[in-house]
Amino acid sequence: MSADGHMEIPFTVDSRPDTGLYNGKLGVWLFLASEVMLFGALFSSLILIRTGAAKWPEGWKELHVLPATINTFVLIASSVFVVMAWANLRLRKPQVARMWILATLLCGFAFMGIKAYEYSLSFHHHHFPSTNNFFAIYFTMTGLHGLHVLGGMIVFGYFLTKGWSMYDHEPRRFTNRIEIVGLYWHFVDLVWIFLFPTLYLL
Amino acid sequence: MTDHVAESHHDAHDSHDSPENIKKEMTRYIGVFLALAALTGLTVWVRFSLDLPEHQAIIVALIIATVKGSLVAAFFMHLLSEKKLIYSVLILTVVFFAVLMWLPVHDVLDKFGYK
Repeated sequence: MSADGHMEIPFTVDSRPDTGLYNGKLGVWLFLASEVMLFGALFSSLILIRTGAAKWPEGWKELHVLPATINTFVLIASSVFVVMAWANLRLRKPQVARMWILATLLCGFAFMGIKAYEYSLSFHHHHFPSTNNFFAIYFTMTGLHGLHVLGGMIVFGYFLTKGWSMYDHEPRRFTNRIEIVGLYWHFVDLVWIFLFPTLYLL
Repeated sequence: MTDHVAESHHDAHDSHDSPENIKKEMTRYIGVFLALAALTGLTVWVRFSLDLPEHQAIIVALIIATVKGSLVAAFFMHLLSEKKLIYSVLILTVVFFAVLMWLPVHDVLDKFGYK
């Protein structure tokens, strides 16, 4: 219990003796385990629908490979930007770290902008989720992934603005928070690494 | 500076948190980024330059994606040096993921007469 009567959340900075981890880190890994099952179910469905179809469209003919390739580079770059932010926070260089977080957020905007452009091209060609099973699973998987990117962007936006004040009085806790959101962001990148070839190139 | 850094991260990683080690990590991150970018280029090149049969194209694309995913997990998500509890959570996840994948793999094997 803190001096002002608020209950303090335990092990936000130091590791719990029994787990060897601070609580947030274990929490985010458990969350990511559930995310593996979420996207795993969709990948499983994709394989089932594809192998069960008499004819399956070739992704590279139906979709737009160039914007998707650019988006792959954007997400990879954003992943390295997050770890650079985390490393600079550990070096106690908050302003440099802030720049890297901003760069990550900008990558998020770039990804969503390119994705919106790609969707508009599909709509222009009258390709909608209702067109066939290929486009249904394409829009479902990329749409869900896009929502995850948006979620990460909201968190990065919070840490760049209101949430940044934590750094001034609890720098270690803030550093851990960036590590946690970084783990989530890398997972989102990892999902895209598998989505890109399976949907766009095969 | 060293004192600041030593207290800037959670206890478990203190021995790895000297400024020198963090700077080495940052250099490694750049290396991983370049590897990921090269492998992305390779994925696209293989698809449009080699004209492989469908099943070979799928296998090659998934191998490259697995290598890329492993790099992200090992270096960016620090799975090369994590606590045992994280590995336990991931092993359980892999088991359930394998169950999820069993149904479509079974279907594919059936389709190609491997049953």
